[in-house]
Amino acid sequence: MASTAQSILGGASVVTTAERAGSFAACRALLRRDFVLAWRRRGELFLPLLYAVIVAALFPFALGPDPELLARIAGGVLLVIVVLAMLPALESMFRADLDDGTLEQWLLAPQPLALLALTRVIAHWLMTVLPLIVVMPLLGALLNLPVKVLPVLIVALLLATPLLALLGSVLSALAAGARRSGILLALMLLPLAVPVVIFAAGAVAAAQSGMPFIAPLMWLAAALILAIVLAPLACAAALRIAVET
Amino acid sequence: MATFPAPAAPLLSAHRLAFTRNDEPVFGPLDFSLGSGETVLVEGDNGSGKTTLLRVLAGMLPPGEGEIRFSGRAASRDSRNGRILWLGHRPGMNESLSARENLGFLTGLYGTRTGVTPVSAMERVGIAGWIDEPLRTLSAGQKKRVGLARLLLLPGEVWLLDEPYANLDRHGIELVNALIAEHCARGGAALVTSHGAVRFADPRARHIHLVA
Repeated sequence: MASTAQSILGGASVVTTAERAGSFAACRALLRRDFVLAWRRRGELFLPLLYAVIVAALFPFALGPDPELLARIAGGVLLVIVVLAMLPALESMFRADLDDGTLEQWLLAPQPLALLALTRVIAHWLMTVLPLIVVMPLLGALLNLPVKVLPVLIVALLLATPLLALLGSVLSALAAGARRSGILLALMLLPLAVPVVIFAAGAVAAAQSGMPFIAPLMWLAAALILAIVLAPLACAAALRIAVET
Repeated sequence: MATFPAPAAPLLSAHRLAFTRNDEPVFGPLDFSLGSGETVLVEGDNGSGKTTLLRVLAGMLPPGEGEIRFSGRAASRDSRNGRILWLGHRPGMNESLSARENLGFLTGLYGTRTGVTPVSAMERVGIAGWIDEPLRTLSAGQKKRVGLARLLLLPGEVWLLDEPYANLDRHGIELVNALIAEHCARGGAALVTSHGAVRFADPRARHIHLVA
């Protein structure tokens, strides 16, 4: 057994003889790894979903059976539910990789760290946030959300949640080295989440009252584009600091 | 594809390299170079700064003073990344994934040394039968061997090995020495820390002594 391996290794006479990994292949490898890992712990993936469904189901009971009141507040309530359901998972975006030394391997890899960070945010969003948006029609029905508002709410969420995930990735990387970073992360993220929620809720409220709702969505889209460019760079810098300490 | 360093420039060299933490000197100033085919053994007691030295060389900590050069170029992410393989105290792999999945991900990041596959690398370190088991079911020594398989599989001239002998039995220690010898024969170089309890194979290896 050892002798065959010996001959295989003997064939590579120069240490630099190697198949280099492209950045695209690296992103694909990271996505695949994160999906496999998430599938191994798929029970955890349902927790945010379960939380959102329970809260949305409790609201009508707590407020009393008033369909008009529910319809009026449904958009805002659903936005807040999604933001809060996202919070716990954000904390663990880099924690495990810092603890087991995977981040050290990221840092030394011949790949841009910011690109790996962006890929991690995409994987995180696909696995923890997208299911929340998929069940939005159900949650909307629970809260008597007007059907014409639902598409606007979904578009607002499709713009607002990646933005929050990108902001959260920077904070998560900053807090990764700290103990009990969950509450720290919530305190840091909520001020940043306020404008995002205001614009998303603004679009939903405008759609509900029959007014033009494009402008707030455009603001969200602009902020999202800015975050896609800048947040991974900040996240990479924060990850370097996290590995240093 | 292969880039050969100029013969005159060593793969890795340090000049007046020192590191201080909270105004307390941790090590240095040190002068040394690591050429192709060379092994340097970093010795010292616990707390003498061996790990810190390796982390500074790997770029995970900024050097306090002095200069690090890779193949004659000042150390930067571009001159360093992809050329260093790091084996530290932490496994660098996820415990819920199998060795095959972990190694597959790392080859996605680093590329693959020509002619080596995850299976052949795991065979070489003697635990091919565990390739599909989640790492958490492996013993500490077996996890260390998966780390050694990673060294075999990924390209990179400079091996920075922090306590590679920890958790390994006598055969494992001989395996580490054999892997380092093969790597140096291929033109690579290795910087190895040890607290001195283990006999080091290559009698020509140079030593750096760190004092706490």
